Amino acid sequence: MILIKCPYCGERDHSEFSYGGDASIVYPSLDAPQEEWVKAIFFRENIKGIQKETWQHINGCRMWLEVERSTITHEITSVKPCHKNLQKVIDN
Amino acid sequence: MTRFNAWNVFKNGLNGQTGWDRQWRDPEPKQNYDAVIVGGGLHGLATAYYLAKNHNIKNVAVLEKGWIGGGNAGRNTTIVRSNYMMPGNREFYEHTLQLWENLSHDLNYNVMFSQRAHVVLIHSPGALDAYARRYNTMKLTGSDGELWSLEKLKNKIPHLNYDNGRFPILGAIVQPRAGNARHDSAVWGYARAADSLGVDILQNCEVTGITRKNGSIESLQTTRGNIKGKKIGFAVAGHTSVLWQMAELGNLPIESHKLQAFVTEAVKPLLDCVLIFGPGGAAHFYISQSDKGSMVFGGELDWYKSYAQRGNLPTVKENGECAMAIMPCLGKLRLLRHWAGVMDMSMDGSFFMCKTPIDNLYLNAGWNYGGFKASPASGWYFADLIANERPHKVIENHNLERFEKGINLDERGIGPDPKMHG
Repeated sequence: MILIKCPYCGERDHSEFSYGGDASIVYPSLDAPQEEWVKAIFFRENIKGIQKETWQHINGCRMWLEVERSTITHEITSVKPCHKNLQKVIDN
Repeated sequence: MTRFNAWNVFKNGLNGQTGWDRQWRDPEPKQNYDAVIVGGGLHGLATAYYLAKNHNIKNVAVLEKGWIGGGNAGRNTTIVRSNYMMPGNREFYEHTLQLWENLSHDLNYNVMFSQRAHVVLIHSPGALDAYARRYNTMKLTGSDGELWSLEKLKNKIPHLNYDNGRFPILGAIVQPRAGNARHDSAVWGYARAADSLGVDILQNCEVTGITRKNGSIESLQTTRGNIKGKKIGFAVAGHTSVLWQMAELGNLPIESHKLQAFVTEAVKPLLDCVLIFGPGGAAHFYISQSDKGSMVFGGELDWYKSYAQRGNLPTVKENGECAMAIMPCLGKLRLLRHWAGVMDMSMDGSFFMCKTPIDNLYLNAGWNYGGFKASPASGWYFADLIANERPHKVIENHNLERFEKGINLDERGIGPDPKMHG
């Protein structure tokens, strides 16, 4: 079991979360050439090591999280809300 | 190589089993090969075998970073079937089933292929319609399929949970020619047969670097020295992205995920087919009984990307729940082993077998859940691709450009989310 420290709910089992995927993908603008969209949607770096990825706490606060996790050891080194300003709101 | 036949079994029975050779040699790497296959799993070894057998290319090396049978070749649930629907996949998997049917004779090695039928339980009228369409489509390319009524299913497999209120069983869709094979025998059989045709199988030989020159690969650095090949084939499912980036080729339409499988203690004969529970949204679970009597089963991926060959506990629980939902008689059985293998999960759930941006490099990857059954035809078509330097018509769309052309070979109709292509 992986433990994910949700910024709002605290440390929870990963079975409470839903896996999103690669968080490093930047989607191109709507009028970008087709090749850029093909790369963004279909091609992955598939990192063996520490990768940035998204998880959603579906059985908790339902927040989308950006997690840094090793794909070799599953060790998590960072968890933060995907929404940039949300951490400030939680801290207050 | 001493052939396995009745006379040799008899003779060696009299001389204390001293007349057998080792199954394959343990050669020192040569400097140059006509073809080098990276990956000594079923796909790599089958490729080397068919290069030698079908195309007379015998100066071939297979590089394996571990030992033969230690990767996904030894980490699967040994199911062989050809119930695919998409054009290309259909012909490919029917071909692989036909190769399995004669594989023991072809390799002179008993791969214990048992055509015990692949029985998919149906839980809703919608699933029934969808599967009837799929199996009718399969018949167009010569695969076999049958629809079993509930009455017939109860007669064939009486001990399922037919009182399942949540997922009622309406009947089954069946491929009688499908079944199981012995995974170790298949990989050892291909290794032995390839070796006997002159292929060098190099174990403990991991590729650590790739030297490119003028648009082609000049040499591979390995833990056993530099090795050159006129043609290079990658067949390293699970770690394809790592090798691809080592060749400075960028990203692939692949994510690595892990899939678990489970084995119970052995029991007397209980299940004489491969049983699938839950398609059409209920669940995803497959179970069969090994020749030793163990129940072998598996289900979904672990849901997050990973290169670790270790499974997580929520998936163990989910598989246990599926087993209990469909065969409550399994409840007292203890699990002996469970393990996880790393899968190349592709963006549409279908494989890649194609030329690459590097002239002398060929790619065989993206097998998702289907690698074991695919291995004979995978070797057959990959050898054909390497020898003739053009894709066979059957695999003409199994390339990396298919997404930009709008060709998705998506059997489940799920879309570009690799973890969903189970």
